[in-house]
Amino acid sequence: MSGLVAYIAGIGYWSKGLPSWADAVAYAREGVLPENAPARPSPQLLAPNERRRAPESVAVALEVALAACQAADRDPATLPSVFASTHGDLGITDYMSQTLAGEDPASISPTRFHNSVHNAAAGYWTIGAGCMHPATALSAYDATFAQGLLEAMVQIATGDPAVLLVAYDTAAAGPLMSIHQATGTLGGALVLTKEATGGRRIAVRLDEGAATPSRGPLSLHEPGNAMHPMMPVFDALAHDAAASLCLEAGAGRALLIDIGPA
Amino acid sequence: MSEIPTAPASVMAPLAVTHYTATSALGRGRAAHLEALRAGRSGLRPNDLGPFDQGAPLPTWIGRVAGVEDAPLPAELAEWECRNNRLAWLALQHDGLLEAVQAARARHGASRVAIVMGTSTASIGETEDAYAQLNEDGQLPSHMRRAKIHTPHSLGNFVQAATGLQGPCITVATACSSSAKVFAQAARLIEAGIVDAALVGGVDTLCGSVLYGFNALGLVSKQPCMPFDARRDGLSLGEAGGFALLERAEDTDAAAAYLLGYGESSDAHHMSAPHPEGLGAQLAMRDALARAGVDAGDVGYLNLHGTSTPANDSVEAKAVHALFPDQLHASSTKGWTGHTLGAAGIVESTIAMLALEHGFLPGTLNSDVPDPACGAQIRFASQEQPIRHAMNNSFGFGGNNCSLLFGRRA
Repeated sequence: MSGLVAYIAGIGYWSKGLPSWADAVAYAREGVLPENAPARPSPQLLAPNERRRAPESVAVALEVALAACQAADRDPATLPSVFASTHGDLGITDYMSQTLAGEDPASISPTRFHNSVHNAAAGYWTIGAGCMHPATALSAYDATFAQGLLEAMVQIATGDPAVLLVAYDTAAAGPLMSIHQATGTLGGALVLTKEATGGRRIAVRLDEGAATPSRGPLSLHEPGNAMHPMMPVFDALAHDAAASLCLEAGAGRALLIDIGPA
Repeated sequence: MSEIPTAPASVMAPLAVTHYTATSALGRGRAAHLEALRAGRSGLRPNDLGPFDQGAPLPTWIGRVAGVEDAPLPAELAEWECRNNRLAWLALQHDGLLEAVQAARARHGASRVAIVMGTSTASIGETEDAYAQLNEDGQLPSHMRRAKIHTPHSLGNFVQAATGLQGPCITVATACSSSAKVFAQAARLIEAGIVDAALVGGVDTLCGSVLYGFNALGLVSKQPCMPFDARRDGLSLGEAGGFALLERAEDTDAAAAYLLGYGESSDAHHMSAPHPEGLGAQLAMRDALARAGVDAGDVGYLNLHGTSTPANDSVEAKAVHALFPDQLHASSTKGWTGHTLGAAGIVESTIAMLALEHGFLPGTLNSDVPDPACGAQIRFASQEQPIRHAMNNSFGFGGNNCSLLFGRRA
């Protein structure tokens, strides 16, 4: 297939201990960790009471989404969005399943039920940003980031001048911890544009190939999260040099990614 | 105030829907659906699914697919066992879908055919079952520790295993718009040249999460749902699966239906209540028409989201009234199937395409007291009328909207 090309106008990042893209870059380049990093994302797009109540998955997604828009100097209300999460919110899945298995299934919280949809973060984002553009939410298991990036690039190839990609996962909870190797809280967001606006070039194509090993500092700092497959991209972006990467895309296929120099 | 997105500037290349199918409470395959629609026979029945609340199932009506319990997956797919994947497999056996997928795979190559599946809850019913059988130490029983089942992409992964396709494989999970949005994503993948064809579809199965979740929101009726009826008081939940094979029109012989346009939007209003003016719904319908290059007056049938909740139906009727002339025949078929959530997009697209193919426009089963808030477009009675274009609306939590426009060969 021919490749798809876009430009990275803004980057958002949050992991425990590295609560911004600037912190992530400093850590990747110099090994410096910020002091007093918050334990939890605090997305400014939400009203203070909603910010405290938001599920961690929603909080981290909205945090990195807004950061990427601000870095790109784009109004969030103007961007279609692709939200990619491997598992959605496993804490809510655990709550729903525990409650339904208990004595009083009818006691399910209506708020936690509507927060259980995979597009909860996309919903809160479009509501908070006043954004009426399309938003989607998808999963492709280990290939979730690769397929989310592909969909965002395809949206640009088919007419959208700019697209917001948001990738995130949070920790497993309860009995699900025994099957999902999912820890930490991790989010990464990119504002991609069709026109070169000073951002780095990114080109992707599907092919065959072995996934690039995740050995960069950001990757090693947040090793257990289900969105870990995105890490080679963010480790590459933390440095100025051009990079060629390969992410697992499912069914033995790979997404080959070329990132231009800063 | 939100910025109102502008409509797409150009018309998309039509995609042939070479094959399509659905399995729901109405039966298995297109013929069963057309027959039940024509006969005015509902698939709804009193809820008999657990978990029980104080010894009894939740008092509501459901659209349950018969025989899922008796239809295990073939041995070679047994690792994917769960009610949702069983229903996917059942649905794939009808209307020549599986054979058509294999033919497309041979024609284009396995890596040139995408899989885009929609679901709201995927196999969370299996997760619920696992939690009901926890060990004494509070852990999942060993035979239920299946990582690829207790996750949203269970559906996409299963369909990939069942078909051997190797193109991009994605599970879209935007609640009740999921399996309408799969058509849009597939159309983009084909337009961008990533693939030459796509298997799209959606599957959702009844489970405790949705029965008690919608109940907690006060959206479940104790009676069979009656969309757009002045007496409506909530929805009836259902389960279903369906699939469609999309290919470039120029690559195929004449097909029964073509995807002419899609429109997607966000309400930017509320997680579980629609925009009061139906603005997001209007944008989705407007964009589907614009991408198709079809005037609103040329649409012969609109399958509404029509959940039978007081809020959805009045807002949707208002949005339809704002865009379409009174001559439009618009109806909700949820009185037949129940609200099949993430499968609603594919099931109701199937019904819209049946309307195109057979000139049978379903009415709104169970409803007969008009709501003065609804316009002349909302029809309770079915009619026979050849049409050239049919639309389907699917709206989900988070204010996530999608409209699809289908047509016959020009």
